[in-house]
Amino acid sequence: MNIRILKDRTASGVMFFLTVISLLLVFVMGIGLYLKSAPVFEEHTLKELLFSANWKPMKGQFGFLPFIMGTIWVTGIAVAMALPIALLTAVFLTEYAKSYVRKYVFPALDILAALPSVIYGVWGTLLIVPWISNKLAPHFVDFSTGYTVLAGGIVLGIMILPLLVSLFIEIFSSVPAEFREASLSLGATKWQTTKFVIIRKTMPGILAAVVLAISRALGETIAVLMVCGNLPEVPRSLLDSCYPIPALIANNYGEMLSLPLYEAALMFAALILFVVVLFFNVISRVVLYRLEKTFN
Amino acid sequence: MKFFEEKIFRFLMIVATLVVFGFVISIIWTIASRGWGAMSWDMITKLPGGGFYIGKEGGFLNAIVGSLYIVGASTILGLLISIPVVFYLNVYLKKKSKFAYIARLAYDILFGIPSIVYGAFGFTIMIYLGLRTSLAGGIIVITLLIIPIFIRSMDEIAREFPRDILDTTYSLGATRYESMRVVLRQIAPGIATATLLSVGRAIGDAAAVMFTAGYTDSIPTSLSQPAATLPLAVFFQLSSPVKEVQDRAYAAALVLTLIVLILSIAGRFITNRFSKNKLQ
Repeated sequence: MNIRILKDRTASGVMFFLTVISLLLVFVMGIGLYLKSAPVFEEHTLKELLFSANWKPMKGQFGFLPFIMGTIWVTGIAVAMALPIALLTAVFLTEYAKSYVRKYVFPALDILAALPSVIYGVWGTLLIVPWISNKLAPHFVDFSTGYTVLAGGIVLGIMILPLLVSLFIEIFSSVPAEFREASLSLGATKWQTTKFVIIRKTMPGILAAVVLAISRALGETIAVLMVCGNLPEVPRSLLDSCYPIPALIANNYGEMLSLPLYEAALMFAALILFVVVLFFNVISRVVLYRLEKTFN
Repeated sequence: MKFFEEKIFRFLMIVATLVVFGFVISIIWTIASRGWGAMSWDMITKLPGGGFYIGKEGGFLNAIVGSLYIVGASTILGLLISIPVVFYLNVYLKKKSKFAYIARLAYDILFGIPSIVYGAFGFTIMIYLGLRTSLAGGIIVITLLIIPIFIRSMDEIAREFPRDILDTTYSLGATRYESMRVVLRQIAPGIATATLLSVGRAIGDAAAVMFTAGYTDSIPTSLSQPAATLPLAVFFQLSSPVKEVQDRAYAAALVLTLIVLILSIAGRFITNRFSKNKLQ
């Protein structure tokens, strides 16, 4: 008898330990990245690092503005492209489609979500980059390699589609059927019900899902590295090359060891990503949890 | 007027859904048609000859084996850590526990942190420990990367588990530890889908292993040697100017896509089977 209770207690202790250890990872990660990037703060102010466009690591100048702007551009295009498609698809699947349609679309979304980033990158270089370079860009500029902000945005947009659609579907199906019935019985069409009841009721959730998708897009590395062109300049148009933060980290991991300050600067880049993603995730998850509670 | 609007939006929705389908088909078709031409038996059975960047002979067996080592080891480690955590959250803690709420939030956040940050973090730890890019480093980082995926996707299933069944086992005199066997049997399909999901994520991740596992032409024989991985085999070889090397990249992309497709379809299959005989 005692042995059984002892086993139960031990198991409880071990499990609690494993849970706490894995939770601490969030803090350890933040602290580790901060300590590693600390040297760069000694020589530069935060303002200088974030808002200067001077990127000359060999001379000790680390202005992250080109990379920050590159990330914002690419992410912005990705969200602008993915949001309407994801919203329409999710409404179609939850409100309109028969179950056999879902049987085909869900596996397709699964596949889209499962494909590795490097495969998206290969697809982008084989299809999107030549298309921009040969078909699209000649209408606007004399010459473009195709490795542009736009290519990065398109590829990233497709990568965040499955996440957005599955979050939207989850959110929309949490709205109780009575809401829909009440609206339909007043003579509203299905689209009017969707527009005035479902979307309005779930607005915080939709925004949270978008923020979550943004934070996913911010961290994508290999795919944008392969299609964005990687020039450390602030992009001026959709057909300029850009250099998002994750690509910067991935591209320079070999060289950075030779210069201690360079390594610190790259760790600072990782820290920026970490902090922004952490912040976005906490907000949107808390909103989504709340939403789940209100309807249940 | 409102019926007109209805029709327009209905049309747009169908278009949007077809566009999603179109993307899937376009990606798979592009990878398959480009990769199939480059595919041969040598590709998956031979090591690259004369250096992976310039050598024209051989295949990418080094990357296949390296990926298998890393994914296999980190899946086992990940399961060993995450199954107890899921049990703790769902059996030991009460349904409305504050700690469970914070834990779930933290795992969701960890799930959202980009793999490049995991890579950079893993790299700093390895330097701190005096490790170089190695198989061990790759395994550690990929394990950290997939633990939140494991926990959250198993937790999703375990939360559905009816607490009445737990109460029944308690009333028969079982301890919480002993009633786990009942829970384990019930959520087994959930564990299987979570594993497939994690394996898919682990095998496709390039950014985390780039820093930590490195890249090499040979098959690692110990934990302290660097290891090649499939996504990096695609990424590095694609940037080579030599056509034969690029072909290796496309063939590796095809292999990677096929693996991920099989995992994804198998996961869906298990979920469907499972939901049919779910306890009500």
